[in-house]
Amino acid sequence: MCAAKNSAAKAHEHHHDDAAHGTLRGYLIGFFLAVNLTIVPFWLVMARPLDGVFDSHIPVAIILVVFAILQIIVHMVYFLHMHPRSEGGWTLMALFFTLILVIIVMSGSMWVMYHLHSNMMPSHDMSKMDATGESWIPSQQPFPAVGAVSGTVPVVE
Amino acid sequence: MSATHAANRVYHLPEEPHHPEGHSTYLGFWLYLMSDCLIFAILFATYAVVGGNYAAGPSPKDLFDLELVALNTAMLLLSSITYGFAMLEMVRGRKKATLGWLGVTGLFGLAFLCIEIYEFAHLIHLGATPQRSAFLSAFFTLVGTHGLHVMFGIIWLVTLMVQVGMHGLTAANQRRLMCLSLFWHFLDIIWIGVFTFVYLMGVL
Repeated sequence: MCAAKNSAAKAHEHHHDDAAHGTLRGYLIGFFLAVNLTIVPFWLVMARPLDGVFDSHIPVAIILVVFAILQIIVHMVYFLHMHPRSEGGWTLMALFFTLILVIIVMSGSMWVMYHLHSNMMPSHDMSKMDATGESWIPSQQPFPAVGAVSGTVPVVE
Repeated sequence: MSATHAANRVYHLPEEPHHPEGHSTYLGFWLYLMSDCLIFAILFATYAVVGGNYAAGPSPKDLFDLELVALNTAMLLLSSITYGFAMLEMVRGRKKATLGWLGVTGLFGLAFLCIEIYEFAHLIHLGATPQRSAFLSAFFTLVGTHGLHVMFGIIWLVTLMVQVGMHGLTAANQRRLMCLSLFWHFLDIIWIGVFTFVYLMGVL
């Protein structure tokens, strides 16, 4: 293994400590872990062993997410050979920056869109509005008259 | 005196530092992968937002065949480990073994792609086309983008096999193989997200 590392270093000619190629043992451990972390989620959904245990699907969904995160970490460590010092830490910095952006994009759009969705729900009931013949603007609340100071309620005769 | 001082001022390094060829390829390629990660993050977010809008059409439970997805996952995972074997052979300097494992990797990738195309064709045959509902638009965009990446990965793999076959395991070819290795394993990581969030949670 040491000889292999040396020949790799020679082939690269330069200080490529980033180009860690891993070992057979590392790849096999990673593969073994990845296979198990794949089989269990598929088994949980296809054989449904936990359907009698929990009332809702949420606990199983959480287990699925945990397995996915674990498997992503396994892939990063054993297949991508990531370590904190490669390229002077810049790859890890880029990864953290990306993760922050991903979290903002994912959680932000889900948060905003689900709130929007729940706020939009009552307006789906259009039949009521047709029945009363009223527009969605409350007729008791007129627009401010021209020249009215903003913030004051205009008096309407 | 100060004028002569100003005249002698130089605003560039007197000697450019020596950059060996490809010294920044690894970091640059990593940054590309991170930006690709953002593309997939946006597609995942889109799927998360509109994935429940079936427009009175079919839902994931009606459409997805988990046995097929499990087979697909196995293909991609096997291609990951065989690419790892190719890298190990590359480090040992064995050209033929490297080419052999790369070929096996390409075949697993091709099998993945064929299964996915079969699945898409089956869905379209059922009438579950991308224009049927927001859920199906988001599904085809997300999974299709991943499939396109795998397709370009296979094209890249074949190109590198020709390169290695012609020029051997040179330093440049080793660097290229390492970049493709990052790309290939990255696609497998994206697939973990796809099968968990789209397929398993959809059928749950």
